[in-house]
Amino acid sequence: MLKDITLGQYFPGDTIVHRLDPRTKILVVIIFIVALFLAVDWISYAVMFLITAMCIKLSSIRLKSLMKGLKPLVFIILLTGILNLFYTKEGTVLLDWWIFTVTTGGIKRAFLMVVRIMLLVCGTLLLTYTTSPLALTDGLEMLLNPLKKIKVPVHEMSMMMSMALRFIPTLIEETDKIMSAQKARGADFSTGKLTERAKALLPLLVPLFVSSFRRADELAVAMESRCYHGGEGRTRMKTLKMAPRDWLCFLFWALVLGGMIAMNVYGI
Amino acid sequence: MSTIIKTENLHFTYEGDELETLHGVDLEIEEGSFVAILGHNGSGKSTLSKLFNGILLPTEGRVLVDGVDTTHEDKLLEVRRTVGLVFQNPDNQIVANVVEDDVAFAPENLGVEPAEIRRRVDSALKTVGMYEYRMHAPHLLSGGQKQRVAIAGVLAMQPRCIVLDEPTAMLDPIGRREVVSTVTRLCREEGITVVLITHHMSECVGADRLIVMSEGRVVADGTPRSVFSQVELLRSEGLDVPATTEFIYELDGEGWDLPLEALTVDECADAIMAALG
Repeated sequence: MLKDITLGQYFPGDTIVHRLDPRTKILVVIIFIVALFLAVDWISYAVMFLITAMCIKLSSIRLKSLMKGLKPLVFIILLTGILNLFYTKEGTVLLDWWIFTVTTGGIKRAFLMVVRIMLLVCGTLLLTYTTSPLALTDGLEMLLNPLKKIKVPVHEMSMMMSMALRFIPTLIEETDKIMSAQKARGADFSTGKLTERAKALLPLLVPLFVSSFRRADELAVAMESRCYHGGEGRTRMKTLKMAPRDWLCFLFWALVLGGMIAMNVYGI
Repeated sequence: MSTIIKTENLHFTYEGDELETLHGVDLEIEEGSFVAILGHNGSGKSTLSKLFNGILLPTEGRVLVDGVDTTHEDKLLEVRRTVGLVFQNPDNQIVANVVEDDVAFAPENLGVEPAEIRRRVDSALKTVGMYEYRMHAPHLLSGGQKQRVAIAGVLAMQPRCIVLDEPTAMLDPIGRREVVSTVTRLCREEGITVVLITHHMSECVGADRLIVMSEGRVVADGTPRSVFSQVELLRSEGLDVPATTEFIYELDGEGWDLPLEALTVDECADAIMAALG
C-alpha cells in the first residue's frame, strides 16, 4: 500500500528533457500552464495536445506511468466534465429532461475542459518525472534567489524541502515496520468502519511522530558536525549551467505563448 | 608525536540534569593513533565524542583540538573540520538522495571550489570502497554500506581525526566487519587519527590504545593487552573480556600460570602449549 506513493517520483533517464536545466523546466511548465489557459478552441487545443505529446515522446516516459499519475484525479476530471456538460447552455439543445439540458456547446466545453486538465497534469508530471528532486529544489532555490533581498529564507526553505524528500523513503520503511509490529500483536488496519480505522492508525502515528523528532535531532547534530552553518558561503558541487538547448527551449515556448495570445486577441 | 585532542579536567552536565555526566576526564590523543573507547550505556562515552568537536561545550575544564579551545566560537568550523564525527544511526546522518551528493555536503558547507569538491568526493568514495555506488539512493544500500558513505562524508572534509560513536551498533556482523576494517585502514594507510567508541570487545583488539570508561570517568587506559588482562576490573564494570582472556583467567584460577596478555587464539594456544611443556 505504502509503496504506491508517487510523490516526488523521478524516472532517471538521459533524454533531452532530462538534460534540460531544472530552472528551464520549471519556467517552461509555468509558460505551459498559461498557454493552456489561453487556449480557447479546437485548433489551439490541438496545438497544445500535439506539443505535449511531443514532449512526452522526447522524454521516453511511458504512458502507463502518466496514467498512474492521473488516476487519483479521475474524480475531479469527471466532475469537471459533467458540470460543464450540464451547465453550459449554448448552441442547439440535444436533450432536455427534468433539470438536465445537454447542448452542443456543453459537449464541446466539457470535452475541452477534460482535455485541459489532463494536459495540465501531464505537463507537471513530466517535470517531476524527468527532474531529480534535488535538481528541482536547487532550481527552485536559484529562481527564488532574488527574494533573499526581501529577507525570504530561500535557502532554508529549499534545504527543508530536500530533507523532506530525502526522508520520505526512510519514514515509509519505518511506517511499514511499525505496522507489521502492530499487526503481529493483533492490530487491524484494513477492516471496520472509517472511524475505527482512523482510531487504529493512532498507535501507528504516535511512535512514528516520536521517532521523527529523534531523527530530526540526530540529523541536526550530524549536519552541524559536517560544518553546516546555513547558506552563507556555501558552494555546490554540481553548479547549474544554462546550455544552448535551454535557450532554444525558451525560444520555442515564447513562440507558442505568442501564438496563443495572438489567437486569443484576433480570435482565429 | 603531537597531540590532536586534549581534554583537561573535563566536566559535563546536561542542561536540566542534576547529575554530572562526566566527572573530570583528562585525556591526550596522539595524532595518527587508533584509540578505542569502551564502556557500557551511560558511561559518558557518547557525550565525550560530542565534546570533541564542539557540539557540546564543557561545563568545567576544557577541550583542545590541535591546540584550539572548542569554546572559541570563531574557530568552531576549524575544529569541526579537524575532528569529524560519525554517528550510530547511518540513516540519520545522510542528508541527500544520492550518495555522491551526500558526500559533497561537508565540502559544500566549507565553501570549497566545485572542481575540488568533485575530486574530494571521488577520492573519499574510493577510500571507503563505495565509488561504484556513487549514483545510488542511500536508502537502498545495506547498513554497512550506508555507514561507509557516512564515513566518506566526513572524509571529504579532509579531517585529521575521525571520531566514531558506536558506528556498528545498528549493523549486522558483516556490516560491522566492513566498517571496522575501513576505519583501521584509514588509520594505518592514510594516517588519520581514529577514535572508535564501542561496546564490542572484538573491535578494540586492533587498536593502539584502549580506554575504558565508567560512570563518567576513565577507569582503565593502556594497550588492549594490558587492559584486557585486568579481568576483575572489566567484570566489575559489567564488560566482557575476549573469550581467550576469559579462558586463561579461568585456567589461572585452577592453579595454572598463564600470561593474561595472550589475546588471539594462536597466542592463547601457544601459551597453553608452552605451559604443558
